Amino acid sequence: MLKDITLGQYFPADSVLHRMDPRYKIIATLLMIVMLFAGNSPWTLAVGGLFVLLAQLLSGIPFRMSWKSLRPILPVLFFTAILNLIFIDGGETLWQWGILKVTEGGIETSIFMFVRIVLLLCGTSLLTYTTSPILLTDAIESLLSPLKRVGFPVHEMAMMMSIALRFIPTLLEETDKILSAQKARGACVDSGKMADRVKALIPVLVPLFVSAFRRAEELATAMECRCYRGGEGRTRLRQLKAAPRDHIALAICLLFLGASLMLNLLKL
Amino acid sequence: MAILTTEGLTYTYSAGTPFEKTAVDHVTLEIGQDQMIGVIGHTGSGKSTLMQHFNGLLQPTEGKVLLSGKDIWADKKMLREVRFRVGLVFQYPEYQLFEETVFQDIAFGPKNMGLSEEEIRRRVLWAADALGLERGLLGRSPFALSGGQKRRAAIAGVMAMQPEILILDEPCAGLDPCGRRLMLQQIGNYQRQSRSTVLLVSHSMEDVAEYTQKLLVMNKGRLFCYGDTSEVFRRAEALREIGLRIPQITSLMLALRQRGYDLPEDIYTVAQAKDALLRLLRREEQTC
Repeated sequence: MLKDITLGQYFPADSVLHRMDPRYKIIATLLMIVMLFAGNSPWTLAVGGLFVLLAQLLSGIPFRMSWKSLRPILPVLFFTAILNLIFIDGGETLWQWGILKVTEGGIETSIFMFVRIVLLLCGTSLLTYTTSPILLTDAIESLLSPLKRVGFPVHEMAMMMSIALRFIPTLLEETDKILSAQKARGACVDSGKMADRVKALIPVLVPLFVSAFRRAEELATAMECRCYRGGEGRTRLRQLKAAPRDHIALAICLLFLGASLMLNLLKL
Repeated sequence: MAILTTEGLTYTYSAGTPFEKTAVDHVTLEIGQDQMIGVIGHTGSGKSTLMQHFNGLLQPTEGKVLLSGKDIWADKKMLREVRFRVGLVFQYPEYQLFEETVFQDIAFGPKNMGLSEEEIRRRVLWAADALGLERGLLGRSPFALSGGQKRRAAIAGVMAMQPEILILDEPCAGLDPCGRRLMLQQIGNYQRQSRSTVLLVSHSMEDVAEYTQKLLVMNKGRLFCYGDTSEVFRRAEALREIGLRIPQITSLMLALRQRGYDLPEDIYTVAQAKDALLRLLRREEQTC
């Protein structure tokens, strides 16, 4: 039951986007976010849309995968769209009922915001679809490394992130097991009043915490036995190296960003 | 009289996806009263999955599980009742302890059954005694116990529900040889005392040979054979073919037979072997 939750939604494939240097992918994603938020006209949004569509096609990720990551958020999206529709004032009033009115400006804004957020979600989920969690943390560590100079523990943070990611499936499995064991002793976790249900979680949460701490301790010992002592002087098996195609990709991103900013300036 | 019956029980993991796997394949069997039954099979043979059907933790994809003749999935409200009648102890049960004291942890199951304070107390003490947990330990935190004591406390928590069928998944995993023998003896005593049925899932042929009357052998999700322990071990060749072995002492006795010593075929425990060897030696002394 719990295993059905997809976390760390890496979708293994061999595409241009999969092979791209993860650091450049993160930067490209940030540029895309700027592009989508800076744009304030349909035309700039169209440029952003074209960019996301292109990336999607290059990634080899089937559209239904993007749909899967979009679906859970759709209710929220529709809700905000409706709020925008009702409360944004501007232009000609088309329909009115009490204090609620639908204006041309409202329609425009709500559609605009809707499309913008859909594009944003599709674009950012491409990053996690095409990059394995390990590569992603490596890239974050590398990108944040300038902060080391001011004493920020970049390596430790990245290590914590990758350990956390690594243990999500393990802990889910453990939860499943403990849940079954307590159900076998007659615990009801899925029925009864809210207060009862919360109380019924104790037999599951306590063993889960105990085992999480035990695992953490074991892992710490195992790491120390192999002489782990933080990031200082540590070398990597897989070095991140930018290839010419990564620079080209970045240049294309900048081109798109430039185009959308130009359109903004021209007030199109 | 059979308490629990399965009819064409089949369970498929992740049905309808590329990861589809049939873990239990059309298993039909009957489990009677007042018995100690050993459950053996290779890792991944479907033992654990099958056991989780007996108390309604898993719902069969196909087929039925009947408890006293009634389909346990007919009324979902009855499932809790089923779990009190069929107790299941998972592998490494010590990781499910959570209460403040050992007493309270053992009492969790009986309390869920809605028993009176007095009855709960009686059962907790009874279960603790059955597994040799000293009274002094009952007031302590379960997390302060040793590994073996934790295991006993967790098993006592299910025993205290006094189920008609008690399923133990590898209760001796990770225990030292001494603790292992003691645990099995205590489980055996519990079975005789309560006159209930105990299903002992195990990897050790020696253990099941010594402590069980019947054996249920699983292979690749199918019921390979199910019968009296001695009869199952008589099929040494068939067992070897599915990657299981017969008890070491049986192998030794068979090897001695091949060398021409007059020993019986059906020896499964060290005690039996000792008797047979002594008899043989005495006979040879007389002929000399």
